[in-house]
Amino acid sequence: MEELDGEPTVTLIPGVNSQKKQMCFDWGPGEMLVCETSFNKKEKSDMMPGCPFIHIIRKNEDVYSQILRKLFNESHGIFVGLQRIEEALTGKSRKTQLVRVSKNYRSVIRACLEEMHQLAIAGKDPASDRQFSIQVSSLSAMELIWNLCEILFIEVAPAGPLLLHLLDWVQLHVCEVDSLSADVLGSENPSKHERFWNLVTVLVLQGRLDEARQMLSKEASTSPTSAGMCRILGDLMRTMPVLSPGNTQTLTELELKWQHWHEGCERHLQDGTFASSPHLESLCKIMLGDEAALLEQKELLSNWYHFLVTRLLYSHPTVKPMDLHFYAQSSLDLFLGGESSPEPLDNILMAAFEFDIHQVIKECSISLSNWWFVAHLTDLLDHCRLLQSHNLYFGSNMREFLLLEYASGLFAHHSLWQLGVDYFDYCPELGRVSLELHIERIPLSTEQKALKVLRVCEQRQMTEQVRSICKILAMKAVRNNRLGSALSWSIRAKDAAFATLVSDRFLRDYCERGCFSDLDLIDNLGPAMMLSDRLTFLGKYREFHRLYGEKRFVDAASLLLSLMTSQIAPRSFWMTLLTDALPLLEQKQVIFSAEQTYELMRCLEDLPSGRPVRGEPDAQPLQDDDVEATKVEMLRLALARNLARSIIKEGSLEGS
Amino acid sequence: MEEIYAKFVSQKISKTRWRPVPPGSLQTVETFATGSWDNEENYVSLWSIGDFGNLDSDGGFEGDHQLLCDIRHHGDVMDLQFFDQERIVAASSTGCVTVFLHHPNNQTLSVSQQWTTAHYHTGPGSPSCSSAPCTGVVCSNPEIVTVGEDGRINLFRADHKEAIRTIDNADSSTLHAVTFLRTPEILTVNSIGQLKIWDFRQQGNEPSQILSLTGDRVPLHCVDRHPNQQHVVATGGQDGMLSIWDVRQGTMPVSLLKAHEAEMWEVHFHPSNPDHLFTCSEDGSLWHWDASTDVPEKSSLFHQGGRNSTFLSHSISNQANVHQSLISSWLITDPAKDRIEITSLLPNRTLSVNSLDVLGPCLVCGTDAEAIYVTRQLFS
Repeated sequence: MEELDGEPTVTLIPGVNSQKKQMCFDWGPGEMLVCETSFNKKEKSDMMPGCPFIHIIRKNEDVYSQILRKLFNESHGIFVGLQRIEEALTGKSRKTQLVRVSKNYRSVIRACLEEMHQLAIAGKDPASDRQFSIQVSSLSAMELIWNLCEILFIEVAPAGPLLLHLLDWVQLHVCEVDSLSADVLGSENPSKHERFWNLVTVLVLQGRLDEARQMLSKEASTSPTSAGMCRILGDLMRTMPVLSPGNTQTLTELELKWQHWHEGCERHLQDGTFASSPHLESLCKIMLGDEAALLEQKELLSNWYHFLVTRLLYSHPTVKPMDLHFYAQSSLDLFLGGESSPEPLDNILMAAFEFDIHQVIKECSISLSNWWFVAHLTDLLDHCRLLQSHNLYFGSNMREFLLLEYASGLFAHHSLWQLGVDYFDYCPELGRVSLELHIERIPLSTEQKALKVLRVCEQRQMTEQVRSICKILAMKAVRNNRLGSALSWSIRAKDAAFATLVSDRFLRDYCERGCFSDLDLIDNLGPAMMLSDRLTFLGKYREFHRLYGEKRFVDAASLLLSLMTSQIAPRSFWMTLLTDALPLLEQKQVIFSAEQTYELMRCLEDLPSGRPVRGEPDAQPLQDDDVEATKVEMLRLALARNLARSIIKEGSLEGS
Repeated sequence: MEEIYAKFVSQKISKTRWRPVPPGSLQTVETFATGSWDNEENYVSLWSIGDFGNLDSDGGFEGDHQLLCDIRHHGDVMDLQFFDQERIVAASSTGCVTVFLHHPNNQTLSVSQQWTTAHYHTGPGSPSCSSAPCTGVVCSNPEIVTVGEDGRINLFRADHKEAIRTIDNADSSTLHAVTFLRTPEILTVNSIGQLKIWDFRQQGNEPSQILSLTGDRVPLHCVDRHPNQQHVVATGGQDGMLSIWDVRQGTMPVSLLKAHEAEMWEVHFHPSNPDHLFTCSEDGSLWHWDASTDVPEKSSLFHQGGRNSTFLSHSISNQANVHQSLISSWLITDPAKDRIEITSLLPNRTLSVNSLDVLGPCLVCGTDAEAIYVTRQLFS
């Protein structure tokens, strides 16, 4: 058995005492059915009342969140756009495209995050508030991880710019500083605010030195004693060499300048320039990258990755990507100080710093409550061509596995199935079979919905599914007595057997009522009539009635006869056809020729022998024998008379 | 068409409709209704694009549309129409037709009237009936006409509990949409490519006229009538084709225009600027058809057409050649095809665009990707 990556979670089924009772279950595509069984080892427990419910257990509850639905829908558009990015696109333009896609994903996460946050603080009831704040923290963790992955794997920032990106990353995610700043600056005398120094320290920790300088100048203007020190420290902040995007200086130049500046700072510290002000002195130590001084600000740093970035900023500004994991590990160890153990999020970030993409995805899969994140991130990284070598021992590659998992979750949802279709489309190996299995299970409540499902299948040439959907709809229509509709559906499915069945129903209705229903359809069958023999017969028989109605007796008569002689008409229907011939035989002018009359007679004589033949689908219920016999007699008489008249007529015509 | 605002609303939108502006008033378009489908709980909602008095930093209007109120709707909302300023008629997949009343004072919706089994199937040999989806509804105060998958046509009056007139088995296949032609006459389209005209003055269950696509019996999904020239009708089909019909003559469409790649769900002439037509489709596109380009002398005459349309319809049939310039720009065959300018309105393809509505300079559409798009500068 495979080694488990984590303890499986236990879900308690309400009302079932698992100590005493047994449960049975069945797998669904995204859900599981669980109920109590009546199977017991000992009979005595039979008497105990059990739990009368069947429970549905949903694997991924997140799919059912109203706000996350926006995330799923909006990111679906981005996903489809990403799949269409030209494969040929290479180098820089490709990278900018991918970074833009990544930023789009993140902005969607942030939008959801904000809305969720609004709801969480709106405070309608404690239970949902708690639910919301759990989701808020989960979403912000997702954004944090995604952003780091974007910097490290997609942007692939080199030494120098790398730190600038990381600084942005920390500034974006440790954002208490903004409210603190508003709080302090909003007070009457900012520099006397109790958290004034907190604010300055945080600004320095985040590398926002310009803002920190402004703060210091406020301090300088109110307390003349420290004005000189503030100015010196402010100068140090101003002169700190930083890499600016437009600048052409090389890394070596920067390193030299930075070294020089660093030494300057150190001199001030040793000279005791700031000795009289502990606040300023600690700021200076921070700017020297002094680990002890940094760790004193644990509260303000709030987490180890902030500590890491600040530490790098003031001691290794040109850190190389490859060295990151070393600093990350030591920062984590220093920050936690053996007091607590790293949490899942820490492990994920650490794996990212180690450039172990697979570990990142694995840890995320285990600890996040939905597949959305890993599926989309993996897909994006795959487009960066970072995952190509990795194949799983089951299914296809990891990207596809995760996408399939996510899409199956969407299909389990009542309304999100349409999104899932596109995800399956972009799974080259197992996407299609998965789609085939899922699409058949969508309930077809209205024709409109059925048409949408049909369109999905038709676009992908899934003929088997198209047939089955049409058949379901045709069956439904038959059950609802909507024969016209049923026939249209079976024509659309090119289902000859079903078309025959429906045609028989039409003919039976005709025999019962003496008139056709749904003429608008039958009169307009066109080439679709050829789908089945019975349908052809139905169409032609209706044509006979039309000809007869239009008093085109000769055409009608020959059509009627050809229906029987060409064997299109079912035997069981011949009697009806012959009865239809009666009024034609009784017309004043002769309509059936002698030859045609002979054929009619043969048909009539064939009938009794044809009667007992089994297998005629619509063998009419045996009518009263007397009526039948009278009919036959009348027909024989009419035929004989017609034969006589036609012979005379033909003979006289030839004679003249 | 610079600014088009999208808002994700966590429900698949099946219908979007502007609230009509009272005739003669200077009020601007600001409220629309939506209906959802295929959710576990469906809603009819009212939205406002009004600015609520606050301008954003650029001095422009706030882009987003805001939810005013909503109400549960049993079953999918299959169609939605404003009956008047306050009342909305919704057709349900349960066969029920509901009139909702909007109370502007406290921003709520309530059910004002309901016909629960307007559409139903009767099983073979059993008297029990099961509900059939109501697929289309059209209103012309005080009348409401509904059609359904059961092939039935109902005529209701807002103040009557029972249907005034019911045509059972009006169609052997599913009726997909309905619209008024002239007041006692309606037009229906069905799933075997037929366009039928019904006259409520005639008794019996037969249509007064049947027009149809030739050959393939491609289902028609939507229909709209030219606002001024009542004989000009546009329909959209399952193959995404736009057909223009002249119901006075012939039984076949005047022109067939290749349009979308999948089902065309809705087609609308612009109510006050009918040289412009809008269509949306299952393929996720929304198109603006402009037939007014490059024919200045025609459009100037055409704009007066509203009042004289009865006169026009007489003169055209007799003297088509002489009055060539008076014919609706939609009826000119062949050469017209390259004259019509088509613009795609949505920036990127999404899932199916199920519904659209135009009024004045505003357009709203709703998609299966659970987004509502609104633009207020249609002709800029």
